[in-house]
Amino acid sequence: MKLVRMKPGQGDVLLAEGDPEVAEDEERLIEEFRRQLDLGMWAAVPTADGPRHEATMVRDFSEIPEDTERVVFFPPAAGG
Amino acid sequence: MTLVVATSLIVLGALAVVAFGPALAERLKRRRTVRAAAAPPAYDPGRERRAETRARELLGSVVSQEEYAMYAELGFIAVAGGNGDQGYGYLLYPHRPIVAYDTRSGELLNEYCVGFPDRSEPAYSQRLPDADDVLAKWMSLRAGERELISVANMHVPGRQLDPGQVARDLIRLREWRGRRLDPIE
Repeated sequence: MKLVRMKPGQGDVLLAEGDPEVAEDEERLIEEFRRQLDLGMWAAVPTADGPRHEATMVRDFSEIPEDTERVVFFPPAAGG
Repeated sequence: MTLVVATSLIVLGALAVVAFGPALAERLKRRRTVRAAAAPPAYDPGRERRAETRARELLGSVVSQEEYAMYAELGFIAVAGGNGDQGYGYLLYPHRPIVAYDTRSGELLNEYCVGFPDRSEPAYSQRLPDADDVLAKWMSLRAGERELISVANMHVPGRQLDPGQVARDLIRLREWRGRRLDPIE
C-alpha cells in the first residue's frame, strides 16, 4: 500500500509505502495516516470496477478496504 | 574599590559565558535553522510544469481512460450527478467553480465555488497543480456528492464562469464524445 499526498508545486508525493500485513509496516502506515489527518487532510481510496471508477473517503485506517493499493491525501474542500 | 567591582564583574561575566554560552549558541543556531527551513523556495519556472506533469499521471491512474482523455483534450472532466441517470451532471474545471448542468437540455443549473487550498505549509503556495485540483473535485464528488456540495458556495450560473463559454464547452464535449464513438467521422 502506498500513501501519497497532493502538494502545491510538487504534484503527488509518496509519504509511506508498505505491506499492511506486516506489523512493522502497518505501524508506520497507521502513524503516517494519522499524521496526515491531524494536518487536516482528507483521505480517499480510489477504486475501479471495470470501466467505472470510484473513490471512497476514509477517516480511519481501519476503514481502508483490503487490497487497497493507494490512499490519496489532499487538502479539505473549502467554499470559494 | 573600583578594581574589586570591575574584577567581580569580569568574573561574573566569565561564569555566565561558561554557564549559559552553549545554551545560547544552540538557541541561536536553532533559530537560524528554523528561519532557513521556513524560507520559501527559490523561484523555479519549471516547477509548476513538473508538478502538473506528476499530477496528470496521478489523475490518469485514478479516473477512467475516457475521463483522463477528456481532461487532456478539453481541459475539464464531465461527471454524471447522483447515481448517473438523474439527468444532471457536473463540469470539473481546474481552479474554477464546479458547474452543474442538465444533461438533456444542456441548461446550466448552478455554480459551486469550492477549492482545496493547502494551508499546512504557509511558506509555500496553497494552490494545487491543475490536474490535482480536478482530481480532488472528482474524488470528493464520487465519494460524497452531498458533502462536497454542502461545503461549496452555490451561485447562479455566470457568477465566475462565462455561461457562453460553458455552453460552448458542452457542445465541444458532445462533439468529442461523438468522435470517440464514431472515430471514422
